[in-house]
Amino acid sequence: MATMTDTWRQNPLARFQRQGLPVAILLLALLLAGYGAAWALNAPGVIERVLPQDGAWTWRDLLAATMAMQRPLLPAPHQVALDLWSSLLDWPLESPRNLLYHVAVTAESTLWGFVMGTALGLILSVCIVHSRTLDRALLPWIVASQTVPVLAIAPIVLVILGSLGFAGVAPKAVIAMYLCFFPVTVAMVQGLRSPQRIETEMLHTYAASRWQALWLLRLPAALPFLFPALRVGIAAGLVGAMVAELPTGAQAGLGARLLTGSYYGNTVQIWSALVMSALLGLTLTSVVAGVERMVLRHRSQA
Amino acid sequence: MKRGTQATALLVLAGLVGGALLLQFPVAAGEAPTPLFWLATTLLALLAVQSIRRLAALDGARIYGLLTAALFGVWVVYFWQLLVVALEVPRVLLPPPSLILQAIASHGPTLWRDFVQTVLKAVLIGWALGSGLGFAVAVAIDRLPFLQRGLLPLASLTSTIPLVAVAPIAVMWFGFEWQSKAAVVVLMTFFPMLVSTLAGLKAAGRLERELMHSYAASYGRTLLALRLPAALPFMFAALKVNATLALIGAIVAEFFGSPTSGLGFRISTEASRMNMPLVWSAIVVAAVTGSVAYAMLVQLERRVAFWHPSVREG
Repeated sequence: MATMTDTWRQNPLARFQRQGLPVAILLLALLLAGYGAAWALNAPGVIERVLPQDGAWTWRDLLAATMAMQRPLLPAPHQVALDLWSSLLDWPLESPRNLLYHVAVTAESTLWGFVMGTALGLILSVCIVHSRTLDRALLPWIVASQTVPVLAIAPIVLVILGSLGFAGVAPKAVIAMYLCFFPVTVAMVQGLRSPQRIETEMLHTYAASRWQALWLLRLPAALPFLFPALRVGIAAGLVGAMVAELPTGAQAGLGARLLTGSYYGNTVQIWSALVMSALLGLTLTSVVAGVERMVLRHRSQA
Repeated sequence: MKRGTQATALLVLAGLVGGALLLQFPVAAGEAPTPLFWLATTLLALLAVQSIRRLAALDGARIYGLLTAALFGVWVVYFWQLLVVALEVPRVLLPPPSLILQAIASHGPTLWRDFVQTVLKAVLIGWALGSGLGFAVAVAIDRLPFLQRGLLPLASLTSTIPLVAVAPIAVMWFGFEWQSKAAVVVLMTFFPMLVSTLAGLKAAGRLERELMHSYAASYGRTLLALRLPAALPFMFAALKVNATLALIGAIVAEFFGSPTSGLGFRISTEASRMNMPLVWSAIVVAAVTGSVAYAMLVQLERRVAFWHPSVREG
């Protein structure tokens, strides 16, 4: 088994055949299914509105029309791709018509929330690990809050911060923050406790202070627990930031883009915002995963 | 040890009695706070903190941990009520718990209709369909490693994508009623169940599998008698995650457009009308629903997967 793994590592072609090929074929199938579904879903609308009423059309006209509708029920994949392309390149970066502008707005609040949420989670978990009172009184509530749809509080946070005079990026970042901090806290408490008894006792015999034990033993031991939580947290933060853009009537951001698209029935815009938010989610998570690999690299070799 | 427990119990009791007495203070009913009131509140806060610390320090029965958390929750709600009333915090910012309870009581029928609309229709149906589909697809492609290798990376990637953003498209396709919300929930719950079931089907030990093989058990027999039971803890983990995801999906999907009932609709419209007690009561309903669903799934898991180490220990 080990030798087989080695050959995949060494031979990119074999690796592609094993991993990439199935994924590629599946993606191709999805693309074809997208075209098929676009044709099937749009056909009734096309027959009713686009094609001549007297029935003087062939199936070729029908096919062409379903692929190029103005407001299709389901846009054909190339329509979405073209819309994405033109909204990325045809406008200057700071124009609200450029999708990257909206991506930047959403990414900004996501990242602020992520940073604040991670910091809050770290501080809280260190406190919980060092205080039995907090551990027994607060931690059960944090764990229980995972079962609660916290995103439902978003409108309240917006109202509260709005009446306190905060506007712009702050309310969105706060919502992204509290979605981030739950997973980080829970994972870090687990991680900070992960050192074996024998290790903590060794530091004790060195007369290491609590801070030294935290810095030299507990934090490094917690890193493998931290990064999966960060990946979960940043994905949750993105959802939070996008949802936070909805009720504010925000003019910018991917969530606002989705909402205006759905108001005006502009399906192609909805789909390109959707694709963009998926790409943003993937990018943010893979950046975190990249940092994880960099930080934990020497550890896995050891 | 025994005396320590008694002393702690007395301290907790004294704190609770003191709290009840302080609630009789005219300030708690809305009059201007006096220095005496602040003195009493400070003393009570110290007493509360001390009693929680003493209770947390107790060893022994597991019930102490639960009691500590419960006592902490009680005191948080208590001081929320006391301070919000005494400081006259605007209702828009933070309504006192008593007002939220009143709102729940007086808007009972409305909230019940919202609950039926969101939870009993969208969430329950979507959750069952999505999890069921995920399970069915996982079992169906169990013998097709090619499809598994293609599907698994894509399915894992979906956890990083804000799937709830399909809500406007779902509304366009399935209308404003609960069907569109259920569709969003199906999409959100499908992938976790698929990934977990696939992982669970691989969880049966090699030794057990070889035993089944030596019995000349067929594929179906091995699946039913060994691999599916071994996958149960994984499936329950996904079901529990999905319960929360489904609630979030349905509520957020209602922000995009809904009929005139539903928890998400109530939260977003009443928040824009600044009717915060009702918003908070809708959130309380959602929170209680989430916790109860989770607790029910945990109980079910204990019944069904009673043999698993994680259940036996916990």
